[in-house]
Amino acid sequence: MSATPATKLSLGPVLYYWPRQTLLDFYADLADTPVDIIYLGETVCAKRRSLKPADWLALGRELQAAGKEVVLSSLALIEAGSEIGILRRLCENGEFAVEANDMAAVQMLEQHATGFVAGASLNIYNHHTLQLLAAGGMFRWVMPVELSQQAFQDICAEKPARVQSEVFAFGRLPLAWSARCFTARARQLPKDNCRQCCLEDPAGLMLSTRDGQDFLVLNGIQTQSARTFNLLNREPGAAIDILRISAQRTHMQTIIRHFDAWRRGSMDACTVAAELTGTMPGGTCDGYWRGQAGMLE
Amino acid sequence: MKLDLVCPAGNLPSLKAAVDGGANAVYIGFRDDTNARHFAGLNFNRERARQGIEYAHARGCQVFLALNTYPQPATWPRWQGAVDQGAELGVDALIGADIGVLDYASRQWPHLRLHLSVQASATSAEAIRFYYEHFGIRRAVLPRVLSMTQIRRVIQDSPVAIEVFGYGSLCVMVEGRCLLSSYVTGQSPNSFGACSPAVFVRWKQTPGALESRLNGVLIDRYGDGENAGYPTLCKGRFKVRGEIGYAIEEPVSLNTLELLPELAAMGVAAVKIEGRQRSPAYVRRVTRIWRAALDALARDPHGFKAREEWMDVLKSLSEGAQTTYGAYHRPWL
Repeated sequence: MSATPATKLSLGPVLYYWPRQTLLDFYADLADTPVDIIYLGETVCAKRRSLKPADWLALGRELQAAGKEVVLSSLALIEAGSEIGILRRLCENGEFAVEANDMAAVQMLEQHATGFVAGASLNIYNHHTLQLLAAGGMFRWVMPVELSQQAFQDICAEKPARVQSEVFAFGRLPLAWSARCFTARARQLPKDNCRQCCLEDPAGLMLSTRDGQDFLVLNGIQTQSARTFNLLNREPGAAIDILRISAQRTHMQTIIRHFDAWRRGSMDACTVAAELTGTMPGGTCDGYWRGQAGMLE
Repeated sequence: MKLDLVCPAGNLPSLKAAVDGGANAVYIGFRDDTNARHFAGLNFNRERARQGIEYAHARGCQVFLALNTYPQPATWPRWQGAVDQGAELGVDALIGADIGVLDYASRQWPHLRLHLSVQASATSAEAIRFYYEHFGIRRAVLPRVLSMTQIRRVIQDSPVAIEVFGYGSLCVMVEGRCLLSSYVTGQSPNSFGACSPAVFVRWKQTPGALESRLNGVLIDRYGDGENAGYPTLCKGRFKVRGEIGYAIEEPVSLNTLELLPELAAMGVAAVKIEGRQRSPAYVRRVTRIWRAALDALARDPHGFKAREEWMDVLKSLSEGAQTTYGAYHRPWL
């Protein structure tokens, strides 16, 4: 067991494209859950604009008033010049800390008084990288999802004490980003005229092998695992400051309640895993944490 | 502006082929997971690297060392040793991605020229500026995800020279940000220096079809008369919305030869040929064609036209015998 009541729970940004009201309802339902930290904003595609920057800030204020720590997450892949402008305004929002998901954001956030969170796509694979970013104001790092418990512990052993460690703990793993939109491609639509078709896939679009195995999930320019990663398939065996639960359309309250029960010591990982099976339609995996192929359970 | 030709060398014969074919620089890696072409039988030990550098330098060609994977604490000493070895051997530049590795190199070997690898996923001038300000990088290689307009903008704002991919296998994902291979096999370009490693590939002949699998996952199934390709997992055929097809990417190679005048005019400093895993004969043919094209461009920048025989050879050497402009042109997206 490595659960302690001091372990915090975070909710990652919504990686899919949901309509405005769906997003607002989703977050309204979370205000009373035991989640401590909420990451807000669009991280996958700049064309998804059901909430405007000002709407995200307003939502952030509401969640903050409900006792949540709010962090704004930045776009993971910067391509167009207009996206640099969006990123700059996000970094200079003046109210909330920012999770940098690309080095352009780090460049803008270094030496900001608020400090910054380094997202999982920043490739912090060793303590040397972590120490350099910490010197520039990083107060929290999210481990790259392909790293193992061993790497996590080795990096933490050399980590400045003030830097918090966060691990992706539950959800479909973000595995890749591309210039190409696979959701539009699946509908034979060009990316520049995508008709925002990803609105039709609130949990992404399943990609299966020719022998019928659910394999990956297409989410616009992002590719995810079809299986849901669950750190609590067994006891994680390491002290982690923050466990990240990835936002999904269904079962959110149930998942958060189970993680909360685990950190308070009222439920062991085995029970959590058994009870959450029904929330993972594509099956589960935790190979990365154990130093194996990510898809393995 | 002169465009440099940067060619791949997976071993000494390939290095010689690239140098003799007219490369301005060749890039090599050591025989381990410190570089992103960590394949069995490929790459250079210290002695071979010394010979290669001597051969190239005697002929006015530079040698770059790719150290572009991401070390973890337990394996860190191997990367540190590789930086030291590269500097001691006198490579002309080190191509790095990991912040820790670049930091070490810039402190320990302040005169060693640093290039930012495509594996660092820097797609904007702002990201490049981070590496410039911290480590003094002199050049950045752009991921194969930007359009011509986007590349032009990065060049305008970048504090350092820009190198782009010109020809070779095409990653459809942002380099340095793709974990598909480790999801299936436990080994990724970032962590291990290889994508879809051959040791996990299995071929199986079933009645009426040839199946390729990667660590048990069916990547593709070929009927009679279909050409079977290496099961790089993003280039398999899968089922999405009830349709079977190349849902992520076709087996195809990037070829930007026809875009050379535009790339030169916007100020690209160098074009890179992918393919350290390819044969010396391949390296020789591709290098010679690109050398001829760049020389023709230098002679007559406005009258440049890609010759048909160049394009035919490049197409024939391509994955799936198909080429594309990739993200350089919007319709590919």
